[in-house]
Amino acid sequence: MVQYAAGKLPARKLVSVWNLPELRRIETFPDEIRIGAGCTYTDLRQNAIIRREFQLLANAAGWTGGIANQNRGTLGGNIANASPAADSLPALLAYEAELVLVSVRGERRVPYVNFHTAYKKTKHAADELIRAVCLRRRFLDYFCYSRKVGARRAQAISKVCVAALGRLKGPIVQDLRVAVGSVAPVPLRLVETELVVKGKAIDQALLSVAGRTATAEISPIDDIRSTMRYRAKVTGNLVAEFLQKLAASAKNE
Amino acid sequence: MKAANSSRSKSEISFIVNGDRKTMRVHPMERLLDVLRQELGLTGAKEGCGEGECGSCSVLLDGILVNSCLIPVLQAKDSVILTIEGLAGIAELNCLQEAFLECGGAQCGICTPGMILAASYLLQHKPQATMEDIREGLSGNLCRCTGYSQIFEAVAEASRRKATA
Amino acid sequence: MTTGRIVGASVPRKEGRDKLTGKAQYVDDMQLPGMLYGATVRSRIPRGKIKKITFGPGIAWDEFTVVSAKDIPGKNCIALIVDDQSCLADGIVNHQEEPILLLAHADRHALPKAVDSIAIEYDPLPAIFTIEESESQSQIIWGTDNTFKTYLVEKGDVDGIWERADHIVEGEYTTGAQEQLYIENNGMIAAFDPQHGVTVWGSLQCPFYIHKALMSLCNLPADKVRVVQMETGGAFGGKEEYPSIIAGHAALLAIKSGCPVKIIYDRMEDMAATTKRHPSRTRHRTAVTKDGKILGGEIEFTIDGGAYTTLSPVVVSRGAIHAGGPYYRPNVRIRARAMATNAPPHGAFRGFGAPQSLFAVERHMNRIAQTVGLTPVEIRQRNFLKPGQTTTTEQAIRENIDLEKLLDRALQLSDYHSMKKRFAGENATGPAKKGIGIAAFLHGAGFTGSGERNLGSVVEVEACADGSVRVLVSSTEFGQGTKTVLCQIVAETLRIGYEDVTIAQADTDDVPNSGPTVASRTVMVVGKLVQSAALGIKQTLTAAGVIRPAYSAQEFRAACRAYVAAHGALRSSARFEAPSDVFWDDEKYRGEAYAAFAWAVYIAAVTVDMTTYSVSVDDFLALQEVGKVLHPVLARGQIAGGVAQAIGYTLYEKVVWQNGRMQNSQMTNYIMPTSVDLPPMRVFFEEMGNIHGAFGAKGIGELPMDGPAPAILNAVEDALQVSFDSIPLLPEDIYEKLASEAVVETEFR
Ligand SMILES: Cc1cc2nc3c(=O)[nH]c(=O)nc-3n(C[C@H](O)[C@H](O)[C@@H](O)COP(=O)(O)OP(=O)(O)OC[C@H]3O[C@@H](n4cnc5c(N)ncnc54)[C@H](O)[C@@H]3O)c2cc1C
Ligand code: FES
Ligand code: FES
Repeated sequence: MVQYAAGKLPARKLVSVWNLPELRRIETFPDEIRIGAGCTYTDLRQNAIIRREFQLLANAAGWTGGIANQNRGTLGGNIANASPAADSLPALLAYEAELVLVSVRGERRVPYVNFHTAYKKTKHAADELIRAVCLRRRFLDYFCYSRKVGARRAQAISKVCVAALGRLKGPIVQDLRVAVGSVAPVPLRLVETELVVKGKAIDQALLSVAGRTATAEISPIDDIRSTMRYRAKVTGNLVAEFLQKLAASAKNE
Repeated sequence: MKAANSSRSKSEISFIVNGDRKTMRVHPMERLLDVLRQELGLTGAKEGCGEGECGSCSVLLDGILVNSCLIPVLQAKDSVILTIEGLAGIAELNCLQEAFLECGGAQCGICTPGMILAASYLLQHKPQATMEDIREGLSGNLCRCTGYSQIFEAVAEASRRKATA
Repeated sequence: MTTGRIVGASVPRKEGRDKLTGKAQYVDDMQLPGMLYGATVRSRIPRGKIKKITFGPGIAWDEFTVVSAKDIPGKNCIALIVDDQSCLADGIVNHQEEPILLLAHADRHALPKAVDSIAIEYDPLPAIFTIEESESQSQIIWGTDNTFKTYLVEKGDVDGIWERADHIVEGEYTTGAQEQLYIENNGMIAAFDPQHGVTVWGSLQCPFYIHKALMSLCNLPADKVRVVQMETGGAFGGKEEYPSIIAGHAALLAIKSGCPVKIIYDRMEDMAATTKRHPSRTRHRTAVTKDGKILGGEIEFTIDGGAYTTLSPVVVSRGAIHAGGPYYRPNVRIRARAMATNAPPHGAFRGFGAPQSLFAVERHMNRIAQTVGLTPVEIRQRNFLKPGQTTTTEQAIRENIDLEKLLDRALQLSDYHSMKKRFAGENATGPAKKGIGIAAFLHGAGFTGSGERNLGSVVEVEACADGSVRVLVSSTEFGQGTKTVLCQIVAETLRIGYEDVTIAQADTDDVPNSGPTVASRTVMVVGKLVQSAALGIKQTLTAAGVIRPAYSAQEFRAACRAYVAAHGALRSSARFEAPSDVFWDDEKYRGEAYAAFAWAVYIAAVTVDMTTYSVSVDDFLALQEVGKVLHPVLARGQIAGGVAQAIGYTLYEKVVWQNGRMQNSQMTNYIMPTSVDLPPMRVFFEEMGNIHGAFGAKGIGELPMDGPAPAILNAVEDALQVSFDSIPLLPEDIYEKLASEAVVETEFR
């Protein structure tokens, strides 16, 4: 709407998908939940299952804009808008979400992981609508970590944001996913970093390697909100902080 | 507001605002804020930024706090809208407004209508709002005059009074 | 009859109900029949000659009113201090937001496209953007040396102190631009008819500044120009001088079109084009003894004024006078300069130069403490001004102030010593570093030097036919509580009810010129005048025999009614007269700079997060001596609001410049604090009384802008043991400095 009002969008036929009931449902199945793309951030924050099993997403929803923005902004809009700084997207990457797309040709289900192909470009066709986001219900026993670094604590576009999941077996990191926003043209899963950490015990050396790998994997830029160097360093710090907390979570148990 | 009216095809839109049904012919992509202010003379909602950042255009749309600068009026079709003018009635102050007056919650007053609506939405959902709740609930409403502290006091005071009332 | 019942009490704000119910009318809420909307075509290069203006195709130009410099009936300038700023550029532009043409149309949606379709060709000239470039004079963009104004303040014998010094401490401190960011954008409506002349309604601070500017621009006599203040949604200095330009633009369009014209800036235009706080650079060189006594030194204070003079001479003057801080300096030389650059002119903003120079001196005090080996507390205790001593302009401190006591109380209230100890312990481990910092400062109330004498402000108080009393001043309300406090003063003076006093809308046809609403002068100077004008009413009523010496509020109302019925309107006026014992030398910049100073000690506790390098202020204590507090709720509100704005100045608000144009002119990327970014604010007052103001009140509005920046940076220094001398201080800056000093390893913790 801001872009429309500012004349940045060509005046063409717009379809209002606001409040279509089929897009605003959160459906629960034994092995997955299906979040209608028209669900607002407030819907996400209030949903008990999302709060319990998909905390990263609930957190991201709570970071987005102010309350009035959360009441109107939708998950589908966040995906389609495809900003590299979008707060919910790293969480969707970490949970290995799948998207349900619809068009007159019918419905298709695509993995979210490579949905964003380049800056503000996605794989969905011009006439396709995002119908729903599906999340597998298998992360309940994962330690989750998410953090947004913005210029202020509310109403801020991220300089860096991280959503991460991890599971230990004894001291060993058995599984983990780390996704970041605002540090590349698209939201990014840190595959290399995950590889160097997986199967190892968390110690100071690993924190350094993980931080360095993360820094190498991203491609942050200087822009109006922050600097390349800052974003790189802080991404590394956040990855290290995640691993430290993951390690500490075992000790607390 | 460039493109919004390049094709000025108007349509009839109707909604209830502050208890009255209003029907008007407007461009469907006109911002709800402009329709309220210009078509209906409800100038209590203010434009501070036009991009959803400041909250001074806040209204309640079907009971939900929204920034009216981000709502194309077609999305308000058949809805029930409450603006600051409808909160307490002419010349009346409700408990929250009273508390704002006493605690110094309004200085220049430009953020105030939005702030009051945000606070009233908050107290509706969290009647016993903690300081944390208040801070978060108002974080989409920028105020440059007060430093927020007297606004927090006013909201806390209103919540206390409501609880004992 | 009891006294002291209204002054000192937190009565409800006069216009409070209207603000709370949405009834209050701001300029954009007003419509006039047949009204057009106006827009401004601005330069998009920082400096150059206009070669050619082309009106693009596809626009129904005959529907538009177009105004250029040629259409100006009077003088093409915005009359203020120096007439160097055009109302519309005539051939030459000196910054990226310089107005060139004006357009008006009945459909405001038609304007943006029309503005965009106007192509302007230029012969660009080289431009300069920093104080250093301006000083080097590689390009002369203003006058003969790029210098708007210089001041020299000299006291004692500075050249003689260096050899006596045990330490010579040097430092350089810089501050950035800051946007006022009132939530209501600037706006004006103008109407014209040959019989009545021009009337403007707008969001503004100084009706008579605009009045003066319009007379000269429109070539109209005083009685053909009328300026009316609408409810004003925040100003902070940002609606002090710039509204004269917008009023001029709206008036020109109204004159040419014959219709009323409304110009409301959107946020981007407001941020990019209107004034901001002056960026500054301060250099200190201080001679100190080994026990930490300041012998004196040199201070060089320089501000970036932007492309035209506007108020820079006054801003640099206030900054210079405050540059010494609340300390005794037997010998001092202050050189102050306002320089020209190709940025939109910088202008008035709460504090008016003082926040910049006080930031420098309070950081410098910490540097001196470190050099000498004293604590930040000790260095201040040893140098505080005391009654009988003189300031840098040799103004004797005649008030009975005790700054050591003020500092002690602040330390106690903030639990400074135990916090400091605790933080030092905790910082050894853990990813967060905590620190606590102090700033002590002063702020002069009222116009500088002979300013008030030159202004000769006038106020009136009227007894009305209905028995109420009305205050008539051009002093404006924009959130600070002007209306409320002036009514309180009158009610108290006349011993009548607060409800019996009203205040007129600031309309130049109705109210006398009580001066601009700036410089923390309203309560102290205008309040005092209102008090004497009110007494005049009482004297007249007494002389007419309609009241007895002891009267009730009801009897007073009856007396007013009786008097007005018998004799017609009763107005009593008062004019400012300078106290005879006040000396000021404008040439040497010496003497009584201000009628009164407010004094303060602020203490900030911060945490620096070593994962993100962001600073959060955890606790803020503001203790001040401001004379009598007339309205505790309003006073606390002024302090809390000022501190919040200053925290923004320090840690969040960075204007990103590119070729002299603000790049982040939106609320989404110019970052002011939200409700979750600010600490609990603990505000305390110390009352000592002052002979100058009404009921002993001093100014208070600007003071809270001065202290937070140095207190916070001193706290950051305490937390990190690394010094930062520039604001805004963003996480990126902290990271770079820590990285360069190898405090942050390249490794990840
Ligand atoms: C003041 C403000 C603050 C914000 N703060 C944040 C923040 O902190 N973090 C953050 O991540 N984002 C933030 N945003 C961005 C915003 O949350 C997202 O862009 C978003 O969720 C928008 O949702 P929407 O439904 O309003 O989408 P719209 O703005 O209506 O649409 C965005 C785009 O998505 C398309 N679209 C919408 N729904 C679908 C669908 N179901 N299928 C296909 N295409 C669709 C639209 O056609 C359009 O192109 C902020 C926005 C504003 C205005
Ligand atoms: S005007 Fe709508 S949020 Fe600022
Ligand atoms: S009271 Fe002025 S912006 Fe809030």
